Amino acid sequence: MTEQSLGAATALEPFRIDWCQLVGRNKETPDTYTIRLRPLRRGEIAFSPGQFNMLYAYGVGEVPISISGASSNGQTLEHTVRAVGPVTKALTTARIGSSVGLRGPFGRGWPLREAEGQDVIIVGGGIGLAPLRPAIQHIIRNREKYGKLYVLYGARTPADLLYKKELRVWRSRLDTQLLVTVDRGDEKWRGYIGVVTTLFRYLRLEPNNTYAYVCGPEIMMRFTVQELKNQGLPDERIFISMERNMKCGVGICGHCQFGPFFVCKDGPVFSLSEVSNFFGRREV
Amino acid sequence: MKARYIYMIFNTLKHVMGELRDQSDHYLLDPPLLGELITALRGLGYSVIGPVVREGAIVYDEIESASQLPVGLRDRQGPGYYRLEERGDKAFFGFVVGPHSWKRFLYPPRVKLFTVSRKGEVTPNNVLGKKLAFIGVRGCELAAISVLDKVLLGGPYVDPVYSAMRREVFIVAVNCTEPGENCFCLSVGTGPEAGSGYDIGLTEVVGDGVHYFVAKAGSSAGKSLLERIGARRATDEEVSEAAARIERARTLFRKGLDVNGLKDLLYKNLESPVYAEVAERCLACANCTLVCPTCFCTTVEEVTTLSGNVAERWRRWDSCFNADFSYIHGGPIRSSRMSRYRQWFTHKLATWIDQFGVMGCVGCGRCITWCPVGIDITEEAAKIRQRVLEVSAT
Repeated sequence: MTEQSLGAATALEPFRIDWCQLVGRNKETPDTYTIRLRPLRRGEIAFSPGQFNMLYAYGVGEVPISISGASSNGQTLEHTVRAVGPVTKALTTARIGSSVGLRGPFGRGWPLREAEGQDVIIVGGGIGLAPLRPAIQHIIRNREKYGKLYVLYGARTPADLLYKKELRVWRSRLDTQLLVTVDRGDEKWRGYIGVVTTLFRYLRLEPNNTYAYVCGPEIMMRFTVQELKNQGLPDERIFISMERNMKCGVGICGHCQFGPFFVCKDGPVFSLSEVSNFFGRREV
Repeated sequence: MKARYIYMIFNTLKHVMGELRDQSDHYLLDPPLLGELITALRGLGYSVIGPVVREGAIVYDEIESASQLPVGLRDRQGPGYYRLEERGDKAFFGFVVGPHSWKRFLYPPRVKLFTVSRKGEVTPNNVLGKKLAFIGVRGCELAAISVLDKVLLGGPYVDPVYSAMRREVFIVAVNCTEPGENCFCLSVGTGPEAGSGYDIGLTEVVGDGVHYFVAKAGSSAGKSLLERIGARRATDEEVSEAAARIERARTLFRKGLDVNGLKDLLYKNLESPVYAEVAERCLACANCTLVCPTCFCTTVEEVTTLSGNVAERWRRWDSCFNADFSYIHGGPIRSSRMSRYRQWFTHKLATWIDQFGVMGCVGCGRCITWCPVGIDITEEAAKIRQRVLEVSAT
């Protein structure tokens, strides 16, 4: 036999499925739902904001979905899912009370501890607000530990805005500055119009005292990062959440590679300084 | 003064002991004993896998005797070229590597991961562990197995399938005495002599009226097997003749990959025009990834019975050359062939080093041989380097 190490006997089980009960579903937009899952065997699933789970629809397949929140008692996890393929359609149309498989949580989330004592600016584009939501909730719950909180959110149309009730709550807080914009308004829209980066003109950040968390389509993140740099934020304080195809979630299938990184285990959250040679490059 | 003497004596002793130990690990196998080795391994419960001829190529499959080996055959290889021909001798290992690699046994092309019942009972596919003996593992292939060990066992998550298959593998390595036309293991440090990690290492000496193997025990299991089949100790002459054949092989390489500063070079030149030029030839057929002994990417399929009461998850090899590979909602990240070739190429030669501490390329040359249009990884790397020099010169 070869004398090489063949892996620790106590290795984590990469393909273990924890079954959850679908206990609630909230329609966010015409094609996007927030589903609430209660783990059946594991009592409480601890996670860091920014992490994701692999959600499994029986007999259909598995997809990576960011954790978009949790109930205050930690008993249920929320995932905001846009129904665009067979698995996401199955997850969003499943009967309340039925079972959904879960593997996770996986990956590295937002550096919330590191940002304590600092201002935080959070920029979300479209469904990219989902993995940011638990970070916003965490900061609001621990408000005294952080400086100013800015939340910038852009969606295509007013109908595409997620978490509408929560947006109203955030907006009413004196310690949070929420700016929402849409690409195209409708007859009732009285807010900002334009891409999310146009909101930066209303802000004056303190670059050496601010952390930025950004999630959205890559092109949106690219322009947002540029605005943050224009305001003087160093690369080490700008964090982005990357999206790539994922099959395993545990760094084995190879699909989520982004330069030298596996988005599933090294990310999905990266500081810009880590990925500067790859971020913004076409087709990497 | 005294201390120096003791040190000298110690060193001399260490040297002599080392020589003794080295020699005592060398055995001699006449051709019939190779058959005995295979029989003995089968007797120990191993499925013996070795090179055999199928459809005009040398591939790996289960064998029962040494007569099934490709005796007297050589493989002629070139970019997009592979032919078998008669050597005119009775060599058992007178060829290099074919389209198969050992990864197909350790990390099967298609494997069931688990079964799920509608009630939610998950049954992992545990019937995998099997005693496998690999006959004829070349230096590059041994290096490839060690690369896969890092990828699939290095954690934090360990692949259960690979782990089960890998655990009980007995490796009979073969040192190369005649490199193939596309081989470049010498330049990446994986051959022609097999490095560590084998149980028995063979060097075939054939020609001038002699035919024997010098066998080196690489593990205690290897040593006891050699003694069990009655192999005698090799003489000094036999050992040095075998070593000379390997030394001679080092002078016969026609290809090389300049690895000096290669990672940084590729990181700094991700937009090299060479990638677009390759893309004009590349068919994105995925052959290179399928024959590569280290490519590990996979995808999964969900299979359900007609009744719908049982679902199975199957895993199969995938390739970064497939458009689906990088698909996220809205389309593939890498839609151009340029970007897919660049992904594969930079992964093999650069990003792999950051991921796993070693290069993903072991210099076996399979991707060159089995590319339908003959794209040569060593040439493309040299072109990128050359182009940078040209630009900096002007």
